[in-house]
Amino acid sequence: MPTCDVLVIGAGLAGQRAALAAAEAGASVAMLSKVHPVRSHSVAAAGGINASVDDEDSWEMHAGDTVKGSDYLGDQDAVEVLCQEAPGEIRRLERQGVAFHRNAQGRLDTRPFGAASHNRTCYVADITGQAILHVLYEQVTRSSDQIDRYEEWFVTTLLRDDDGNCTGCVARELRSGRLEEFRAPSTILATGGAGQVFKPTTNAVICTGDGIALAYRAGAELMDMEMLQYHPTTLAVVGILITEGARGEGAHLYNVHGERFMEKYAPNKLELASRDVVARAEQTEINEGRGFPGGTVALDITKVPRKRTLEALREIVNIGRDFAGVDITAEPIQICPGMHYIMGGVRIDVDGASSVPGLYAAGETACVSCHGANRLGGNSLLDTLIFGRRAGVAAAARAREVATAPPTDSAVSDQQKRIDAIGAREHVGPKVPELKEKLGRAMHADVGVFRDAEGLQRAHQTVRDLKEQTARAWIDDTGTLFNQDIPAALELEHVLDIAECITTAAAERKECRGSHFRTDFPGRRDEEWMHHLLVTASPDGDPPRLSEAPVTVTRWEPQERTY
Amino acid sequence: MPVFALKIHRENTANGGRPYWLEETVELDGHRSILDAIIELKERDGSLGIRYSCRAAICGSCGVRICGRPHLACHTQLDTAQEWAGDGPIVIEPMGNMPVIKDLIVDMDAVHWAKVNRVRPWLVGAQPVPEREYLVDHETMVDITQTQACIQCGSCVSNCMTMEVDPLFVGPAALAKAFRFANDPRDGAARERLLDLAQDPHGMYACTHCFQCIDACPKGVAPMSQIMRMRRAANSDHGIVDDNNGHRHEAAFVENIKRNGLLNEGDLLADSYGGKLSPRFMRVAIQSLPPITKALVRGKIGRDAVFHGHRKHFKDLAGLFDRVSARPKRLELNLYVSGYEDDPSPVRPAVGHAADASPSAPGPNPRKGRAVRA
Repeated sequence: MPTCDVLVIGAGLAGQRAALAAAEAGASVAMLSKVHPVRSHSVAAAGGINASVDDEDSWEMHAGDTVKGSDYLGDQDAVEVLCQEAPGEIRRLERQGVAFHRNAQGRLDTRPFGAASHNRTCYVADITGQAILHVLYEQVTRSSDQIDRYEEWFVTTLLRDDDGNCTGCVARELRSGRLEEFRAPSTILATGGAGQVFKPTTNAVICTGDGIALAYRAGAELMDMEMLQYHPTTLAVVGILITEGARGEGAHLYNVHGERFMEKYAPNKLELASRDVVARAEQTEINEGRGFPGGTVALDITKVPRKRTLEALREIVNIGRDFAGVDITAEPIQICPGMHYIMGGVRIDVDGASSVPGLYAAGETACVSCHGANRLGGNSLLDTLIFGRRAGVAAAARAREVATAPPTDSAVSDQQKRIDAIGAREHVGPKVPELKEKLGRAMHADVGVFRDAEGLQRAHQTVRDLKEQTARAWIDDTGTLFNQDIPAALELEHVLDIAECITTAAAERKECRGSHFRTDFPGRRDEEWMHHLLVTASPDGDPPRLSEAPVTVTRWEPQERTY
Repeated sequence: MPVFALKIHRENTANGGRPYWLEETVELDGHRSILDAIIELKERDGSLGIRYSCRAAICGSCGVRICGRPHLACHTQLDTAQEWAGDGPIVIEPMGNMPVIKDLIVDMDAVHWAKVNRVRPWLVGAQPVPEREYLVDHETMVDITQTQACIQCGSCVSNCMTMEVDPLFVGPAALAKAFRFANDPRDGAARERLLDLAQDPHGMYACTHCFQCIDACPKGVAPMSQIMRMRRAANSDHGIVDDNNGHRHEAAFVENIKRNGLLNEGDLLADSYGGKLSPRFMRVAIQSLPPITKALVRGKIGRDAVFHGHRKHFKDLAGLFDRVSARPKRLELNLYVSGYEDDPSPVRPAVGHAADASPSAPGPNPRKGRAVRA
């Protein structure tokens, strides 16, 4: 029955950064992850991380771009924190060993990225996320005396005391099937995004929004759940990501007629408009019959000098070759918009605290909200580090004030019963993977780039039906050795909870803002809708309840958004 | 759609069950991956164990052996695997050199990560630590990107022939990781690292240059090349004289070629240990008699090679050596960048047409050609 000051759930960039910050503040830390930390999906972040490191750039410009990119739904106090702390954080990583590529002066080089008024995306070729994730893991390894790692442990529930404080969690070791109660005054959720609510998605199979669902079930407020990002450049069918770095380095987009269609949609920024704008432009071209067969447009990376591509876009050279049979240095590659990122998540303040005392969140799991209705490329890695660190510091501070809760009587046995019940389900009707597949297809069809009331209602109904079937969905493996079926069954519950929150919020917001585009309610409507939507679980868990929260405005008044 | 026959290693170590083969067929396009096929089988029986996550060859979870070759399952197309399998089923086994936990899941902590931890796997900041970033040139960071591109999948460990006979060998992944730091101007412990791994009898000089790790690596890290670079750095840059006789052996090797044109095995051992009259050579020669005899009997080396030696006159061999040693800076081939520099042909001939977003038909392993150049 492990106890510690700070419990970190998830070990991608946000989780590891939080663990390191808490340890630095003197806390004992337990870091749990359902996969080995370096398998976390932060590893797939490619293009880079934003910071105003250039002397001619400023954090205010970075913040202004971010607010505009968010379509004025971003909370500007959080955006200011994000952008102000960015350069220091990047340089810290550099000193710890991230091999950021350099300019002629030997300083951090920056590449252009979408919707940025200045080059400010620091990068390591196109494996920036991997480079940072591995370096953080090196640092966590180095701090082994303070950070206990529980690798390949799956959290089944959060624990709360009678006063509503979060007091820890119950987790299951994959290798042995053993359940343990972890108790801590502070718990930080950093389990990444929820891309697996959709199919296809750029997100890894592990991105099932566990932290968002755990918090929701523990009574925490979720925010901006209707805000989902479709990335403009993903491989059709498989959904693998082609980095925005390609367009940053100069790649163009063409429709089937060979027209560089972004001239119509964003005459100034062209391919480097914000992601929602480019994804919508592509989908419009495809829907209006100017796409290629199979619903794609062409990304032409041959515009980038070959040497530069091989040096700075090496990973997508491999992806093109291995997953699409295309040499991107010689010919265009077919891409389409693909589900990529959830701007919404567990509502936190700038110190990572959720609405449940003792429960913190960071990274894609959280919503602070620094991305608002549309995140800029290069800001998500930054978000994980800045707010991961702040959550770690705040969680360690709380641990100095609050005592660890006493052991519970029944938390572990309750979870054991829950798991045994899944294993005991009758072998009739659909199994877990089948239901997950149906959910993903339904969400992609009706909650994608373009939305309307009818489609959202249809998706919502599908989610309700699937939820009901999930209570009976059966699994094959009832053993204890590296049982992957049990986590999959629990993950299905998680993605369904999140899907319901998404459809509920998306049906509510009757306007177009950022990535949320309602064909039945054209235009942004600031008087009515410039506020966040909050989603919380009903006491009986059904259906989710909606409420509102104001947007924090510090210095950027809403304006018309063009690129 | 074509049908593929798969034969998969199954094993449950918890109940002491003996390994057995699962033989199944899947119907999938040939450009789909081995992982897609396994996931389909997993949907039939969820107890089939394999780690997987990103499906895009970046998370490093799904290392397995496919027809004996270590690969990421997500990164290997069914058509390619079928070519390796010939007329038989595609055989899928857990990675080698690591104990199996269940089916295709191996215990990486016990071997791979233990070895990585052996090499002090973090940057020891060079003094003085700057307030902002270290000033380093672009090429250096690009160079480090090659080793930093390692995704810790364990494929090279699976394929390592030295580790098969010497389980204590630090191994390709961990040595490449060590060189990632030793080669970084921002690291303040380069000499310590090199000295440590030169002196370790299972360290940098234990590698036998078999190229298997280069072949296995899905990310072009080329671990063996990094090990060779590490030796050059230890030897030429830091003058490290190791107790394992590694540096002397390398020097003797070079001298041997310079003298004979071809490797003259008969001299090599003596030269490596201080000449034919040296007592150290006598000791090693006696120790080496059994393997030499065995090699002779099995025809691995010819009698001439041992007793008479062979020579070949190459035009201007000495000039070649002079030119290389006169270079102001040692040239190191970095596959991440310069491996392509003068290469006018595409990375791999493109197949299919642009409108088809499906993965390619099989082709030769593009890393093979480059590995030879290393």
